[in-house]
Amino acid sequence: MSAAHEPVQTFTPREFHRQAHDALGNPQIRANFRRAMDGLMAKRRDVFSDWDLEVLRELGANIRLRALAKLPDLLERLEANCQANGIQVHWAENGDEACRIIGEICERHGARAVIKGKSMVSEEMHLNAHLEAAGIEALESDLGEYLVQLNEQTPSHIIMPAIHLNTDEIAEIMHDKTGIERTRDVDTMTAAARAQLRERFMAADVGISGVNFAVAETGTLCLVENEGNGRMTTAVPPVHIAVTGIEKVVEHLRDVPPLYALLTRSATGQHVTTYFNMISSPRKPGEHDGPQEVHLVLVDSGRSNIYQDDELLDTLRCIRCGACMNHCPVYTRVGGHTYGTTYPGPIGSILMPHMMGLEATKDLPTASSLCGACGEVCPVKIPIPDLLVRLRREAVGEGRGNVRGAGVKRTKKEVAAWKGFQWLATHPAAWRSGAALAGKLQALMPSKLGPWTEYRTAPKPAKVSLHAMVKRHQAGKSDEDGGERS
Amino acid sequence: MTSVKLYPPKPEKVYFFGTCLIDLFYPDAGLDGIRLLEREGIMVLFPQGQTCCGQPAYTSGYHDEARAVAAAQLDLFAESWPIVVPSGSCGGMMRTHYPQLFAGTEHEARANEVAGRIYELTEFLLHVCQLRLEDRGQPEKIAMHTSCSARREMGLAETGPALLARMGQVELVEQARAAECCGFGGTFAVRHPEVSAAMVEDKTQAIEATGVKRFVTSDCGCLMNIAGRFEHQNKPVEGEHIASYLWRRTS
Amino acid sequence: MSARDNILKRLRERADGPLAAPESDFAVVTGRGWDHAERLARFERWITSVHGEVIHTSRDDWTKVLAGVLDAKGIRRLALGREHPVAAEARAALAKDEVILLDADRDIETWRHEQFHDTDAGLTSTRGAIAETGSLWLWPTPDEPRLLSLVPPIHIAVLDADTVEDTFFDVVEAHGWAGGMPTNALLISGPSKTADIEQTLAYGVHGPRVLVVLLRHAEERP
Repeated sequence: MSAAHEPVQTFTPREFHRQAHDALGNPQIRANFRRAMDGLMAKRRDVFSDWDLEVLRELGANIRLRALAKLPDLLERLEANCQANGIQVHWAENGDEACRIIGEICERHGARAVIKGKSMVSEEMHLNAHLEAAGIEALESDLGEYLVQLNEQTPSHIIMPAIHLNTDEIAEIMHDKTGIERTRDVDTMTAAARAQLRERFMAADVGISGVNFAVAETGTLCLVENEGNGRMTTAVPPVHIAVTGIEKVVEHLRDVPPLYALLTRSATGQHVTTYFNMISSPRKPGEHDGPQEVHLVLVDSGRSNIYQDDELLDTLRCIRCGACMNHCPVYTRVGGHTYGTTYPGPIGSILMPHMMGLEATKDLPTASSLCGACGEVCPVKIPIPDLLVRLRREAVGEGRGNVRGAGVKRTKKEVAAWKGFQWLATHPAAWRSGAALAGKLQALMPSKLGPWTEYRTAPKPAKVSLHAMVKRHQAGKSDEDGGERS
Repeated sequence: MTSVKLYPPKPEKVYFFGTCLIDLFYPDAGLDGIRLLEREGIMVLFPQGQTCCGQPAYTSGYHDEARAVAAAQLDLFAESWPIVVPSGSCGGMMRTHYPQLFAGTEHEARANEVAGRIYELTEFLLHVCQLRLEDRGQPEKIAMHTSCSARREMGLAETGPALLARMGQVELVEQARAAECCGFGGTFAVRHPEVSAAMVEDKTQAIEATGVKRFVTSDCGCLMNIAGRFEHQNKPVEGEHIASYLWRRTS
Repeated sequence: MSARDNILKRLRERADGPLAAPESDFAVVTGRGWDHAERLARFERWITSVHGEVIHTSRDDWTKVLAGVLDAKGIRRLALGREHPVAAEARAALAKDEVILLDADRDIETWRHEQFHDTDAGLTSTRGAIAETGSLWLWPTPDEPRLLSLVPPIHIAVLDADTVEDTFFDVVEAHGWAGGMPTNALLISGPSKTADIEQTLAYGVHGPRVLVVLLRHAEERP
C-alpha cells in the first residue's frame, strides 16, 4: 500500500446536516447499519440475561468514579509502577504533542514501518498522518481498521471500524487494493488478510496499541481483543508504544474483572473476548520474546478540562464499548461517518465538543431525540441525555461557560423566541386567550410549518382549549349539582 | 431506571396538569383523562393558571427561560394532592428534571416536593386507582407506542399495556422494535427534520406491518408525530391518546 | 512546566473541588458457589461455544491423547518448552515419534521465521481456567514464551481440571495477582476470531485457527 493519501471521503461535524442527508439517501448505508445494530442489540440482551445487570452497572460506575476521584494520585502511581517495571512513561498535553513523542521514539529506533493495533486515541490525534508525513508507514492490523485504511476511510464505529461496509464492498476492496481474487467468502478474505499482515508484523520496527485499562496498583496495561493482532502488535516488534487517554487508569487489579465483563458484553454481546492481554513490563533478562522497550504515552487532549466540572466529569467514566451508538436511533439511521468525528454517536456528541470546541460541533448535541436508550445501556451509567442537554445549554450560552465555544449558538432570534415563550407561559391569562385565538384562527394556519409538514400533516389547533373545556365541564357538573339541590 | 415506587391509596382529590400540547391540540384527551379519574370518585382540580412544564426550553438548553416557566407552575399545587399528568414526557420533566433545574435555588424544596407528587396518568390509573374497565367496544386489535420518556425516564413501559389488558375486547399486538424512539423528541424534529422523518417512517412501517388500523400512545408528542406521518401518506391507520381510547370504549 | 506537571496540577486544582471516592462492593463478580462438576461443565460449554476443542484425559494418559491430536491434525512440527512438566512429559513421550520438536526457549530473533512459517503447533501449560467465561489463564515464562500460544496456527493447551475456578475476579484474588504481575498475563478464550466482515464470524485471523484444550483429570474418568 502506498503511503500518505488524503482520505477519499472527508467528513466534518460542521457538515452534519449535509452528511446526514447523504447517508439517509444511501440505501446501502442504511441497510448495513440497521442490520448490524439490530444484531448487536439482540446479542447484548442475550448475554446479560443471566446477570444482575443493574448491580454490575452500579459496580462499573462506582469503580470508574473512584478512579476519577483519585485520578492525579492514580496517574502518579501508574507512572511509578510502570517505571519500576521498566515501562517508559510520557505525558502529552494534546494530540500533536503525543504524535511528536511517538515520532521521536520511532526516529530513535530508525523505524520505517509501524504496525498498529486498534487505538481510538491514535485516531483522535491523527497519528497515522503524522507518521506518514515523517516518512514512516503506519499500517493498521485490526481487520476492520485494515479494511478501512485500504479503503482510505476512517472508522465508522469505535469497536467495529468497518461496520459501514458489507461483504460485497469488502470483497471489492480486498480485490482492488490487495490483488486477491474476487471472492465473497469471508474465511477466504480473512485468510488473505492474515497472510498479508503476518509478514508486516515480522517486518515492523515498532508496534503501537491503545489501552483498555491501565492499572495503577501494578503498572499493568490491559488490552481487550479477539483477533490476536493486539497481541502481535505488542509482542512481535522490538518496541511497543501504548497510547491512551489519562482517564483510562483504574486503581486496583481487582477493578478490572467487572469492567472487562461489562465491556465485552456491552460492546459486542460476547461473554468474553478471545484475548485479554495484560502487559506489565518489557522483555526481562532471560525472557525470549516480547519487545525490548515498552512506552506508555498518556494523552490529555481536553480531558483534564472536562475533569474540572462535576457534571461533565461523568463523560470520563466511559470505557469505550460503543453500546450507546449501537442503541442510538440516530446513529442507526445516519451511520458513524456522518458525525465527522473520531468518536461518533452519543458518546461522541458529549465528548467531541470538548476536544474540538462547540463552534465546530454545535450540531452534535442536538442530534438526539433524548430517547434515553444510550443512558439505559451505558455500562458505567453515564447520564448521556443529561450531558447532551448540558452541552446544548453551553452552546446557547446558558451553561457554566466552561466548554470551548460556549454561547456560539446563541442568536438574537432564538433568544427572542424563547423569551416570548417564557412570557406567554408565565402569563396564564395571555396563554389562555392565545390558545383560544389559535383555535379560532385554525383555518388561517399555514399549511406548511417548515420541515415538519414535509413528512407529516400538521396538527390543527383545537377549537376549544383544554382550559376552556374543563371550565365548561366543571360548570356543567355544578349546574347538575345545583339542579339537584333546587 | 426508577426504583420500585410505593403508591399511596386512592386520594379524594388530584391535581391535573394537562400539558401544553393537549391544551392546544388534543384537549379531548385531557378531558377524557379527567373523566376517567372522576369516574373513580376522585375530584379533579384543574388549576386554570397552568401553561407548560417548560420542557421545550429545557431540552433546547434555555434553562433560564425553562426555570421561569417551571417556577410559575410550582405554585399551582398548593395542597398535598397527587399531580396527574397525561404525558410521560411532561411527567418526566416535572418528576426528574424539576429537582435538577431548581437545585441550589430558593425553589429547591418546593420543586422536590412537587416532583414527588407527579404521576403519569396510566401509572396513576393502574397503580393508585387499581382501575377496573368494562369494555363496551367491538373486538379490536391495536398497537401501542409508549413514549421514550414514559418508558425510560419514568420506568413505565408496562402501565399502558397493563390497562389495555383489562379491556376485554382489545388485543394489543406486538410491533417490531417497539422500544425504539418515534423520532419526535420535541425540538429534535425541527432541528433534524430528515433524521426525525427517517425514524417516524420506520415507526409507522412497524405499526402498519402489524395490520392494525389503530394505535394508541400516552404522549401527544408521539401521537402528533406518528399520526401526522400516517395522515401525510393517506394511510388508514388512526392514532389516539390512550385516555380517550379507554374512556370511549368504557363510557 | 512539563506536560506532566501541567496535567497533574490541573487535576489537583480541580475547579469544582475534591471528589469523594466511593467504596466498591464486588459481590456480583464472585461467590458463584459452583461445585467441581458444575465448574467444569460451564468451562467446557463456554470455551466450546467459541470453537475451543476440549478433550478430556487423565494425568497418566494425556501424552497418548496428545500424540493422537498431533496425528489427527497432521502436526509435524511442534514447538514446546523444556522445563515445565507438561513440556518435559511431552518431550519424553514424543521422543520416538516422527513429530519434530522445536525448542521454544530460544530468543525469538533466532527463529522468528521458523516460528511464523514452519511451526504447525505450539504446546503450552496453563495456570488455570475460569468457568464463568471459558477462559484459560497463562503467565508465559522463559520456558514457554508468550508467542508460543499466538503465532503457530494451532495452540494445544494443557489444563488440569482441579485448577478451574469460578470467575476472573476469583482468580485475581486467590492467586494474589496484585502482589506481582508477570511481564505478560493472558486470558485465552478460544482460537482467534473476527467479525469485522459484516458481522460474520471467522476463526483464525491473526492468532491460532485452532485451540485444543487437553483437560487432565486427576483420576481416570468413569
